[in-house]
Amino acid sequence: MGLAKRIIPCLDVDNGRVVKGVQFVEIRDAGDPVEVARRYDEQGADEITFLDITASSDDRETMVHVVEQVASQVFIPLTVGGGIRKVEDIRRMLNAGADKVAINTAAVFNPEFVKEAADHFGSQCIVVAIDAKQVGDGDDPRWEIFTHGGRKPTGIDAIEWARKMADYGAGEILLTSMDRDGTKDGFDIALTRAVCDAVSIPVIASGGVGTLEHLAAGVTEGHADAVLAASIFHFGEYTVGQAKALMAKMGIETRG
Amino acid sequence: MTTIAILDYGMGNLRSVSKAVEHVAPNATVQLTHDADYLRQADRVIFPGQGAITGCIQALDKYNLHEVLRECLAEKPFLGICLGLQALYDESEEGGGTTCLGILPGKVKKFPTSMTEPGNDRGLKVPHMGWNQVYQNQSHPLWQGINQDERFYFVHSYYVEYTEQASVAGTTDYGLKFTAAAARENIFAVQFHPEKSQHAGLQLLKNFISWNGSNS
Repeated sequence: MGLAKRIIPCLDVDNGRVVKGVQFVEIRDAGDPVEVARRYDEQGADEITFLDITASSDDRETMVHVVEQVASQVFIPLTVGGGIRKVEDIRRMLNAGADKVAINTAAVFNPEFVKEAADHFGSQCIVVAIDAKQVGDGDDPRWEIFTHGGRKPTGIDAIEWARKMADYGAGEILLTSMDRDGTKDGFDIALTRAVCDAVSIPVIASGGVGTLEHLAAGVTEGHADAVLAASIFHFGEYTVGQAKALMAKMGIETRG
Repeated sequence: MTTIAILDYGMGNLRSVSKAVEHVAPNATVQLTHDADYLRQADRVIFPGQGAITGCIQALDKYNLHEVLRECLAEKPFLGICLGLQALYDESEEGGGTTCLGILPGKVKKFPTSMTEPGNDRGLKVPHMGWNQVYQNQSHPLWQGINQDERFYFVHSYYVEYTEQASVAGTTDYGLKFTAAAARENIFAVQFHPEKSQHAGLQLLKNFISWNGSNS
């Protein structure tokens, strides 16, 4: 017995509503974030992640209120990503009740920001979110970092980047395959495994989960420390409890 | 009305702690503070903390909190969380060596990066992050209603070295065995985060709120 592999439902929040797009295009409304978070907490989620996809920064105050409400009712770790660009953004989210923040684009443009954030608040609350797309061919796959919801290539190699972010003080990596996100075809296992094996900090696998078996494969084949999924939980196809039951049956350590 | 002071020394995610305490003690006054007089008058004191121990000890210096902290540690029901456990020991390896409060004998060390576990030769990740089991070495009012080997949420890269001593109240295995909870008289301190450990964590906080500060 030992440390449990974590299951993390993810809520994409746009203007205070949970939404889920398929490869960032089609958006379906999936409800009120506070209610959804409470439901996942009751189902036994190990953590909850909120990604604020609100376009306008004026509306980001909405996310602060969402976090405040969730944090006074749900007592498991909460991570907030989206629009985290300054130390002040981190402070605001932590004060609202978030436990960790996920830094994505801002880390690519200014890696020193990750150092600054880790020095300031401690590595334990700094997650670096990496959106990666395959660029090499099948036999010799390589993955590159993309920003702006997967639209802009950066030329940065995903594995090197993960190592660098760990060196800079990230406490955890949230790794999303942009090729798989929203497809329900399962995690990009090769990518997941390459990153998980390259760094000594925990890695959360994300992007592509369509079945409970996909979640388990992220751990057994991808070597992930935690697995994240959105739509399979939002629309009631599966519960977190069902995911844990399957993982436990496969010999994966989970929290009961 | 009972007052619960949460020591605020400008670090870590204190809001999570206060929200969880407010949830289990809706009739108490819960105050984030570094005011020495308030701490002296409070019925109970919680010493939370995240981040680096070096910064934590420096912050105690900066706010002139050492004396009042020792007074509280001597007499009030006192709950340490995460750094609030580590700070109680003699010293920590963090920051090239940091002298801590020396309330309990022992050392705080960094997890080696080369740790493995049976069936996993890839090595364990550091920080130790997530839900792990806590073995209760002794019965204690703060363990009331909490199962043996219950899982709590941890996130830390340094740990209190396990040594056989009466103050060890709980242990956890992560590549090695470390002290996950310590108890002595009116002091109880934990490495994990009860404020983030759902039912079991809230139960522990509830137990603390009604604890008279004795070991039985």
